[in-house]
Parts: sequence; C-alpha cells; structure tokens
Amino acid sequence: MWNRVYALFVARNTEFFRDRSALAWSVLMPVLIIIGFTYAFTEDNPEKFKVAMIAAVQSGGATDAFKTTRYIKFIEVDDIEANLRKIERHQIDLLFDANTHKYWINQTSPNGYIVEKLLIAAFADSGQTLQQNMVEGDEVRYIDWVIPGIIAMNIMWGALFGIGYVIVRYRKMGVLKRLHATPVTSVEFLTAQIFSRLWLLLVVNIPIYIGMDFFLDFRMDGSYFDLLLVFTLGCICLICCGLVVAARISSEEVANGLLNLFSWPMMFLSGVWFSLEGAHPLMQKFALILPLTHITAAAREIMIDGAGLTQISDHLLVLGLSSVVLLVVGAKIFRWE
Amino acid sequence: MPIILQVSKLVKRFAKLTAVNDVSFEIHTGSCFGLLGPNGAGKTTTIELMEGIKTPDSGSILYNGEPLGQQFRNEAGIMFQNTALQEFVTVREMLVLYSRFYPRSADIDELVEQYSLQDFLHQDTRKISGGQKQRLLLAMALINLPKILFLDEPTTGLDPQSRRNLWERVRQVKAQGTTILLTTHYMEEAYELCDEIAIMDHGRIIAHDAPDALLAKHFDDVVVQIHEQDIPRQLGESEFNATYRNGNAHILTADVNQTVEKLLALEVPLNRLRIRARDLEDLFLELTGKELRA
Repeated sequence: MWNRVYALFVARNTEFFRDRSALAWSVLMPVLIIIGFTYAFTEDNPEKFKVAMIAAVQSGGATDAFKTTRYIKFIEVDDIEANLRKIERHQIDLLFDANTHKYWINQTSPNGYIVEKLLIAAFADSGQTLQQNMVEGDEVRYIDWVIPGIIAMNIMWGALFGIGYVIVRYRKMGVLKRLHATPVTSVEFLTAQIFSRLWLLLVVNIPIYIGMDFFLDFRMDGSYFDLLLVFTLGCICLICCGLVVAARISSEEVANGLLNLFSWPMMFLSGVWFSLEGAHPLMQKFALILPLTHITAAAREIMIDGAGLTQISDHLLVLGLSSVVLLVVGAKIFRWE
Repeated sequence: MPIILQVSKLVKRFAKLTAVNDVSFEIHTGSCFGLLGPNGAGKTTTIELMEGIKTPDSGSILYNGEPLGQQFRNEAGIMFQNTALQEFVTVREMLVLYSRFYPRSADIDELVEQYSLQDFLHQDTRKISGGQKQRLLLAMALINLPKILFLDEPTTGLDPQSRRNLWERVRQVKAQGTTILLTTHYMEEAYELCDEIAIMDHGRIIAHDAPDALLAKHFDDVVVQIHEQDIPRQLGESEFNATYRNGNAHILTADVNQTVEKLLALEVPLNRLRIRARDLEDLFLELTGKELRA
C-alpha cells in the first residue's frame, strides 16, 4: 500500500513542479500577500487608531503630548460636522478639537473607548479640562457598520471561487470540450454560469442575512429592493471577475493563485473590516477599483443611512460598467480547451 | 453516393510537430469511413479538426459543400475518445441536458431502450461501468438524430464482449442511413465496420481504399504461421525467408501446398500450424515497417 502512496506522492510532486505557471503562483502569491500586509500594517503605516484633530492655534502642552502617542494616526481636519458622521460610521475613532479641548466619540466603538482613555491620560497632569461629547443622532454600532461588508465579502468568495474553480475543473476534465461539440456557444455557456452562480449566491446569502439579522438585530434603514439590487449587481461583477480568471487556464493551482490575487486585496482594502480613512492616498485610490469597495459602500449607505438609488448611483455605475467590461473580456479570451 | 464531408490539404501543427500533414479525403453519405493508425499518428487531431473542435492551420473542410457552421453543429453527433461527464448528474438527466442543446432531438425513452440504459438510468454518471458509459456516450452522440456521427476510438478500454456489443449498435446506426467516421487502432474493428479506410502514420495518409480492395492491392499471398519452437530460426529464415515475432514464425507464400510439402519434407511438426489470410495489421506492417499497436 505504501509503495502506491509513495508512487502517487512522487507523481503528484513531479506534476506540480513541471507545471511552471502553478509553481510560479505558489511562490509569488505568498510573497505578494506578505508585501501587502507589510505595507498595510507596518513600517510607514503602523497606526492602529485614528484621531481627527482640529489643529490648535497655539501649539504645546498636553495636546502635543497626546500627539506623540504611538500607534495613533492623527488626521488634521477643519470641519467638525463632516467628521462627526465619520465617527458614527467608525471611520475615525475620536474627533478632538485642540482649541476647545472638546472631543467626540462613538459610544459603541471599542477603539473610541481606548483612544478616549489615552487622551484623558495625556491631559491628566495638565490642569486642562476635556469635554466629552457623544455623537448625536442614531447610534451606529460597529456591528451595523461591519455587517454590509461581511455579506459582500461572503458573496465575493462564492462568486470568485464558485465560478472560477468550476470552469477550470470542467476544462481540465474535458466537460467543456464535450459542450463545445454541441451547438452551445461560449456566450451561452458563460451566461448560464453567471445566472446559475447568481441564483446560488442569492439563495445562500438571503437566509444568511435573515439569520444574522435575527441574532444580531443590525440596522437596516433603506429599501430591501435597493439592497438586493446592489448585491445582485455586485454578484454579477464578481462572477465576471471569476470568469476572466477562469477564461483560459486549466490548472486548479493557477486558478487558486489568481483567485487569491483578486480576493485578498479586496478583503483587506475594500473597507470591510476597517475604514481606509487616513490610509495612503494611493491605497485609497486603489481601493476604488475594487468591486468589493463599491458593494460594501453602497450596502452601508443603504443600510445605515437609508440612502436611495440616486445616492448610490456612482457605486451602481462602477459595478455595472465593470461587469460589462469584465464579461466582454471574459467572453473574448474564453477557450473551451 | 453524394459526398457529405470533404477534407482538402488539411495541415495542423503543434509547435514543431506537424500532427496532420496535407491530409485529403472524402466521405460518402451513408458510409462508414475508418481512420486507422497507431497512437500518435494524427487520427484524433484529424477527427477533431473535422468536428470543428480544433482549427486547421491550412486546408479546408466542407460539410455538404459548405464550411463547417451552425448546420453542421446541429447535424453532427460526436463521441470523443475520453469524455468526462458532469458529476452528480444521473444518466437520464444527462440525456435530457444534451437533448436541450439541439433544435431536434431523439425520443429519450427510445434511446434508453435502444442502448439498454434502463438498468442504470437513474444512477450518478460517476458510478456507471466503462461499457455502460460508452453506451451512454453513444446515446448522447445520437441525441440530435445526427446525419454524421464521429466516433473517436469508441471501444478503447472495453472488454471484448462490450466491444462487440458496441459494434452492433454502430451497425444499427449505419443501417438507419447515418454517415459514420470512426477512428480506431483495432484492425478487426475497422474491418468489421468500415466501408472505406484511410491508414495514417506521422500525420499523413499512407493508404486509402475499401479494406478488401487495399488487401487485394497489396497482397497476393497468405501467412503460414508455425510456433517458433517447431521451426528453428536458422531453418525458417534460410529455407522459407520467415520472420519471427510474437513467438511465431511467419512464412509468406502464394502456394500453400508447396510450402506445407516442404515443411513435411524437413520434418517440421505441423500440429501448431495456422494458415491465415493477410489482414490490415499485416498491411500496416508492410507499409510502415512497424506494428500497429506498438
């Protein structure tokens, strides 16, 4: 028995090492992930907390001491009203006016609580008085803020890997070749795949949404129809991404590498888990080309702000145009074998 | 008979390898045309070019006088050498799926009965035997009531009984007027089923005619086969110009009586003697200097 196991082990290793593209991805992908994480979380960008600060007219004192606190990203702002909204949405953890020593936090923000303690500690011996303000209006809990992104991310995994792997496996097994021998065209095949995956994603994610709402009772201020439209368009866009990835390759290892290349940056740079407020401008611009950024943002606007289709039209436009472009590219480069 | 498929000066290259090299032939409506050759001869590439699965580098393929198009796709039935089926789908679901690809479809119940699929009709396609799978693939290839049927090595890997069973099915298809293009490396299969054959080697057609006509054209002798233990190699080679392979001495002769008399005179035991007509295997050996299934 072990002879057979060993023979299969050697054969598989040989196949893997001779498949140079798969090998390249296996090496390149972890490197890219490491580089991405290194850039996002260390060296130039080590801050864990974000504080928006109205700059003091006169510098010095406890404010300067507070600003020396490590792991806090200080963002200079000049508009309190606009930034109160960001506190509501957990995009910043604390807003501090260095002139009046007033600060604003979101009562439900764990980061806000910690940064407040640091601020109070910095001012403890200064003799200056801080004035706490909670954000006004409806309370937005972290869970309300993060849920739209989690649903969007769940859709992303299902769309990218669901469609990509199936097509690559079909190609590898020869199922596509058999279909090619029928009157079925590539557009028909791809369309069927899109609808099939779209249907499956909606069928799976609607109960997930209902279940999460039952247990977490998260906020939903907008229209369910609008939300369904955003997720449907988002699904289509991400499925088309998967189609482009799977359009030509027949190696599951390469597919895995490419799909990870698409999904990992989206997972961390689309604002699902944390806001990109204060991140490097290039990173913020890069995030705008990621479909998940637009799905998450549009869903948040509907669920938290009760936004209508007009307010989220920019996101819908990006998702719609991206879907068309990706579908055309996918159909153009698709091959049966 | 009118020509249903015409292949002219077909060339297909893969990097430095010319898999199909200036191949031309015609297939007559209602006939069974066999493409023969060893593994790697270019049969599968040729048939895939004709099926429209691959695109030739040069040359042309005409179906009823027209380049391959939608009409061809609707009227061609194809059974690949190795076809994977969608998983987690039953045999019946598979037939229903493929029937929906075509503008006209055979009656599924009739196909099921005709190709004896009843016993495993509701089984997952992953759980059927090799012979059952071949019958299903043939039924799938016939789902659109094709006018031309492509069979690429349809019996490879089947046991002798399943092979003969499939031959019978193919004969039935042909009897209904369907044109058949068959590739095989089984000479017996080609002889049993084909009206016309083309033998391929190194991407070229090296002989092309009806099987009996080819044999008659190349051979006027028979093979006297004697076990090699009964006739020492030195004697066989010097007296009869025999060739030795597969444990037998093969003596070619146009006069069997005279050869047998000579063997008796040399006191060669004839208990294991066999006389057979020259077959397509011999023809291939004669034409290429190598055995077909080597």
